[in-house]
Amino acid sequence: MMDKSYDAVMARKNEIMKKSVGVDYTKYEIEGIAFDYEAMMKDAGYSIEEIRKIQLETGVGNTPLVELKNINKLIKQIAPEGKGAKIFVKDEATNPSGSFKDRRASVSAYRAKVMGYKGVMAATSGNYGAAVASQASKRGLKSIIVQECFDSRGIGQPEILEKARACEAYGAEVVQLSVGPELFYYFLVLLEDTGYFNASLYTPFGIAGVETLGYEIAEQSMKQFGKYPDAVVITHAGGGNVTGTARGLKKAGANNTKVIGASVDLHGLHMASDTDFNKKSFTTGHTGFGIPFATFPDRSDVPRNAARPLRYMDEYVLVTQGEVFYITEMLANIEGMQRGPAGNTSLAAAFALAMEMDEDQIIVVNETEYTGAGKLPSAQLTFAKENGIEIKFGDPIEEDIPGKNIILPDHPSKIGVIKYPLEKLRKSYIKELKKRFGKTEFTEKEIKFIAEDLRITEEEVKNLIKEVLN
Amino acid sequence: MKAIKGDWVQIYFIGLNPEQRASNLPEDTKRVPLEIRIKGFLLNEEAQLGDTVKIETPVGRTVEGKLEEIYPEYKHNFGKPVKELLEAGKQLRNMIEGDQA
Repeated sequence: MMDKSYDAVMARKNEIMKKSVGVDYTKYEIEGIAFDYEAMMKDAGYSIEEIRKIQLETGVGNTPLVELKNINKLIKQIAPEGKGAKIFVKDEATNPSGSFKDRRASVSAYRAKVMGYKGVMAATSGNYGAAVASQASKRGLKSIIVQECFDSRGIGQPEILEKARACEAYGAEVVQLSVGPELFYYFLVLLEDTGYFNASLYTPFGIAGVETLGYEIAEQSMKQFGKYPDAVVITHAGGGNVTGTARGLKKAGANNTKVIGASVDLHGLHMASDTDFNKKSFTTGHTGFGIPFATFPDRSDVPRNAARPLRYMDEYVLVTQGEVFYITEMLANIEGMQRGPAGNTSLAAAFALAMEMDEDQIIVVNETEYTGAGKLPSAQLTFAKENGIEIKFGDPIEEDIPGKNIILPDHPSKIGVIKYPLEKLRKSYIKELKKRFGKTEFTEKEIKFIAEDLRITEEEVKNLIKEVLN
Repeated sequence: MKAIKGDWVQIYFIGLNPEQRASNLPEDTKRVPLEIRIKGFLLNEEAQLGDTVKIETPVGRTVEGKLEEIYPEYKHNFGKPVKELLEAGKQLRNMIEGDQA
């Protein structure tokens, strides 16, 4: 029998991954930290047309782009003269398992089926689990979803408990773990045991699955209002939503559409802390994933992450937990759409940004997600109160302290964003390279790669390195 | 409480003891074990809560652990009415009343 200790399993990581993803990542290595990203994406082997066909087979995609007419009227009421862009939302909750994650899962399940795997696995506490389980059912595959779910008191985060229920409804085995990054270790143990396909969120085909989302937004915008959107706001966590949507927009020709990432600000809460775990009301779409995954994408469960948000983001903004709950209430109460809350992170940001943008501009929120028990603001706020979090009205941007309070805006005009400089993320990216690989010297090929990964010039990369490392 | 073969149950086991855990953990997490819970159909003829049992999971894996719950209930819910949300809804509604699309 194989050694299943933590160190032994982690040492077999690459071998296990190669078998379970069916991609030989070594093919794309250039030198040092550099690899050929576009070659890897191309090798995923599916064009937009092929992905659309795969997704049509299992009822994924072709979701409506809906104008939030009442919210837009509210924005006009409070925006300065001449300001107040119109918000449209891509109603991704209408996908089979209730979120855009079906797009990502659809391609992995298809690929697993074609390659002859018996089942698929995913490590996720979010909507992706339900998406994988649902797509696996459709393709006649078995599925195992591994979640970080409980703290050491055995108390589960309500949102994650709901995802577990959904996965079980789709016939998946759900493995629920207490807090800790060793989830990945146990995930590897299970991959080795079962020989299942790793439906990682970060494979080239997972990301290609999201490209149709951006592509549809561009097409629908052109059809509905005769132009591409001025901005698309995308909830940012692991980077796949931003990367896939942006690539799809570009493939459709929407090259001038501003790509804006938005995360819930959870600064100060440690993602691997047992006590902090149930002090957060958002389990995804937050800075605890958003910042680390932007600054070192290859921390993911595959050797090379296909989600590389800094290649695509034009702007990164943060919103508070209270604002997202508030906008979720707004969407239900005045717009008649019960969705979210986590998927409404980008909507909260869009509301604030719309007030700064011109009134003839169009801003698209690229997703909604299903809601229900455990997920609703009432469920999360009740849970927050039970965990000692103070809930009150006020100015969320000024007063928000993640883990201590949740501030609901006392007026919609108090919805704002914190603009997080991309420059800061780029600097952290360089720091990570030093921290992880001891890199202080870079070859020309590495500089070129970093320039592409950060979407700046090689000259700017050299200056950044000088500034950060000296 | 007694479970019999074929009952849908939840088992519990330790994945890693504190000393086996990853090295870079925060103090509070380092002190506690990595715990794992899985649901499936009981394979033992019968068992009491706390017994070491085997289950067959929905994908057909056999897993061993301590019997923790029999027909585990989904306990997450819609929460209580939240005063602040109700007030926010009322304010927003009043702001656009009569002006809806």
